[in-house]
Amino acid sequence: MQSLRRIAPIILGFFFTIGSVSHISAQGTGPSANFYVIAMLIVIGSLILVSAVMLLSENFIQIESRKAGLDLNESNRTFVQSFKEIWTPKGPAYTNGAEVIDLNKGHDILLNGIANKQTVSGSIQRFSIKPGDFRELAPIPRMKVQEGDEVKAGDVLFHDKKDEKVKYVAPVSGEVVEIRRGDKRAITDVVILADKEIRYKQFDPPSLTGSSREEIVDYLCESGGWTLINQRPYDIVPDVQVIPKGVFISTFDSAPLAPDLGFVVQGRENAFQKGIDTLARLSNDSVHLGLDARSDQPPAKAFTHAQNCQLHWFRGKHPIGNVGIQIHHIAPIKAGDTVWTLTVDEVIILGDLMHKGIYNAERKVAITGACVKQPAYIQTYQGANIGELLKDQLSEGKNRIIDGNPLSGKKSSGEDFIGHKTIHITVIEEGDQYEMFGWLLPLTLRPTISKTFPNFLVPNMKFDGETNTHGERRAFVMTGQYESVLPMDIFPQHLLKAIMANDYERMEGLGITELTEEDLALCEFVCTSKIPVQKILRKGLDMMREQG
Amino acid sequence: MGLLDFFKDKVHGDPPKTLAGKFGHTLLDAIFTFLYSPNEVTKDGVHIRDGIDLKRTMFHVMIALQLCFLFGTYNVGHQHFVAMGEHMGFIEGFHLKLAHGLIKLLPIFIVTHVVGLAIEIYFAAKKGHSVEEGFLVSGPLITLIMPPDIPLWILAIAVAFAVIIGKEAFGGTGMNIWNVALLARVFIFFAYPTTISGDNVWVSGFDSIAAGAEANYGWWHTGFFNSLFGWMGLDQFTPGSAVVDGFTGATPLALAYQGGWEAVINVYSPAQMWWGAIPGSIGETCKPLIILGALFLLFTRIASWRIMFGALLGTVLMGMVLNLWGATPFMTVPWYYHLWMGSFFFAIAFMATDPVTAASTNTGKWIYGFLIGVIGLIVRILNPAYPEGWMLAILFLNTFAALIDHYVLEANISKRLKRA
Repeated sequence: MQSLRRIAPIILGFFFTIGSVSHISAQGTGPSANFYVIAMLIVIGSLILVSAVMLLSENFIQIESRKAGLDLNESNRTFVQSFKEIWTPKGPAYTNGAEVIDLNKGHDILLNGIANKQTVSGSIQRFSIKPGDFRELAPIPRMKVQEGDEVKAGDVLFHDKKDEKVKYVAPVSGEVVEIRRGDKRAITDVVILADKEIRYKQFDPPSLTGSSREEIVDYLCESGGWTLINQRPYDIVPDVQVIPKGVFISTFDSAPLAPDLGFVVQGRENAFQKGIDTLARLSNDSVHLGLDARSDQPPAKAFTHAQNCQLHWFRGKHPIGNVGIQIHHIAPIKAGDTVWTLTVDEVIILGDLMHKGIYNAERKVAITGACVKQPAYIQTYQGANIGELLKDQLSEGKNRIIDGNPLSGKKSSGEDFIGHKTIHITVIEEGDQYEMFGWLLPLTLRPTISKTFPNFLVPNMKFDGETNTHGERRAFVMTGQYESVLPMDIFPQHLLKAIMANDYERMEGLGITELTEEDLALCEFVCTSKIPVQKILRKGLDMMREQG
Repeated sequence: MGLLDFFKDKVHGDPPKTLAGKFGHTLLDAIFTFLYSPNEVTKDGVHIRDGIDLKRTMFHVMIALQLCFLFGTYNVGHQHFVAMGEHMGFIEGFHLKLAHGLIKLLPIFIVTHVVGLAIEIYFAAKKGHSVEEGFLVSGPLITLIMPPDIPLWILAIAVAFAVIIGKEAFGGTGMNIWNVALLARVFIFFAYPTTISGDNVWVSGFDSIAAGAEANYGWWHTGFFNSLFGWMGLDQFTPGSAVVDGFTGATPLALAYQGGWEAVINVYSPAQMWWGAIPGSIGETCKPLIILGALFLLFTRIASWRIMFGALLGTVLMGMVLNLWGATPFMTVPWYYHLWMGSFFFAIAFMATDPVTAASTNTGKWIYGFLIGVIGLIVRILNPAYPEGWMLAILFLNTFAALIDHYVLEANISKRLKRA
């Protein structure tokens, strides 16, 4: 609709002009059509003349001022400059005039149960690291601990059978109480019963300036820091040989019920900065930070005043906070490129590893959703047990516990543990009920982008959200829906069709390497045909990865 | 045992083995999901889903068509009486016109749906999945684009052809290349041309539209409705009435082809063409109601505004070009009257915007719509056989929609390659 608004005057003007000219010529009375044509030509001609003179004089002024060493900015801007500024949207005041990337497409799903900004100290005892969280790791890694072993935070738990260099470490100290196995004896969880007081393994961090890149990489591999970094495309633990083209960190999350990362970083600003410094050293100074320009309030100082990195302001609707969208608008991933992405929490852990030499996996986990009694942040560590996090917090009835946000999180139960990256748990109602004429006259309003529902009358309405599919799976019928919520120059529907047809060349051509599941999650949400978009995309990404 | 339990029992019970059993099962399943939205929950991927589904989408297209149905039914009756010189005012003889319209329209509606849905359910049962909603829209559209006197057996064959060859052969709803409704019409157009073109077919209830031809009334007219209206003390159908001298059943386009704008104006005023009290296919005559339906589709974003505006642009431009050329009387018809002379609005609002058969990229939609406008007008004006072009233009562009998309995608791919 945005583009319609832009072109509507042009189209209307066009029709009006043509219409009036032909109408007049048809009637043949009054001034002839030629008169109007000539008059129009004269007007257009004089407009061109005036603007040409203005542009010319503008250029002369600039040349002269450059000669004179004058600075043509804020105070003494010229006419053409200020004219240009009318067309470039202004960011909020706190961006200090920096360029703001405005993206129109997207949709914010407003749900009830956002976490209050207060930290509750949790009493979580069991923590786990899941080999399944790391994509290229073989399902049965080489275990370095057995049930009953005592570990410190930072002690090696396991490593890949093929690649011994990258170590996966314990997030807390305590006793390894269980090594859970799933299908085909794959190890799903390494469960640690945590000590009351966490004991850290003390590493000896190399200095950022004094040591070579190789030494730093070796240190990170040994101390578990390397596994914090995510390499795109394909979302894998990075190859130690490759220097990334860029490191991208999104400092805000726009997903429904998302935690406030500014609140999460509070108290660990130094570690965050140290993490940025480390990444800058590893990537030859190409760290990019995506900043939130959506609200009236400036983001946390840790982000706005970060050093050794480039800041990029973003404004728009979800998925604006997804790092994939931000990369697309900062420096899109080209064929053969690799970039790194990290969450704010991972940067903090990395910072502590380089600064203090400990693997401090402390994090605030946001407990959100309509089925949580008191949504808040819980102070805990990486890999905490979900059941213990949600203790006494669940409301009655059938609940869906999600490890992550409601769009791209993972379905979990109380026995599961939060993922390696997770700082967000959502609990919503299971919608497994029949509803009479629910497709036509639903009893309750539900989140939607469709104008066939009266939702557009109440734009800021919040919903509880439930897991009913609201319809059955169909073949692709509607078009343009995905594009309307994806602020990228990508054709998601055609990409999905290419994946379904196993067409590698087309998948790559249409930009599959720029995407990950969370980027297309909103497309899946809006899909009329209830296509499992994220699943198909992951299948495509896996296919591409296996192809090499 | 409530209704819900009955259905749960039947649908989620043991799957039937025989084809007849499967047919019944699929039918029950369709009714069940129509009555109750299922209890399915999200599994992997997103945990919350938008409230919209295909049923709701298709149903809203049906809502958009309702005004056309109302007016179309009445206009069928109106044209019938105008031909006989009776009840010339638009709302005179309201009950008779409505009754005649219903007598003509309902059989078409029922035959279309019985044949179409039976085939859909058969194929769904055979493939073992639930009935898809495509025919919810195809059915009403087929009804609206038929001439009121279409023989029902021809209609049945056409619907069967369109659904089997045009849709199920390609894999069902969402997979078809050509618009199902237009395929049914084009089938009749080529297989039984005299039933869907010429001057005789647009006014219902007569064998021919020559002066003196008597109205054909059956039991519904003289038996059922005449007794009903007689009992209520209203006017009745008078058997033996005939077409009056000087009446022409020709559509504006046929007239324009013969004698240009002058010939049209002699019979129909622009306002009459705009408001739709003219002979034509059942649902395409009343432009304001079609525009209302189109606005509804645009507002709910079910139809693509890019296609509609593209087609408008194409038609207007082509109309102007042909005005400039002006070689035949038809070419000199002012371009703006082309918009409401034939079924331009209906075709653009409801046919061209079918998301399955249209171009699927946003840029592609502009091109697709624009070319429909251009080619539709070329067929209308330059083709001597048939003075209406939208059906052929849309089917033609349906064929090329994939090609248009292909080039749009190639442009995106090469743009991506150039970054490297």
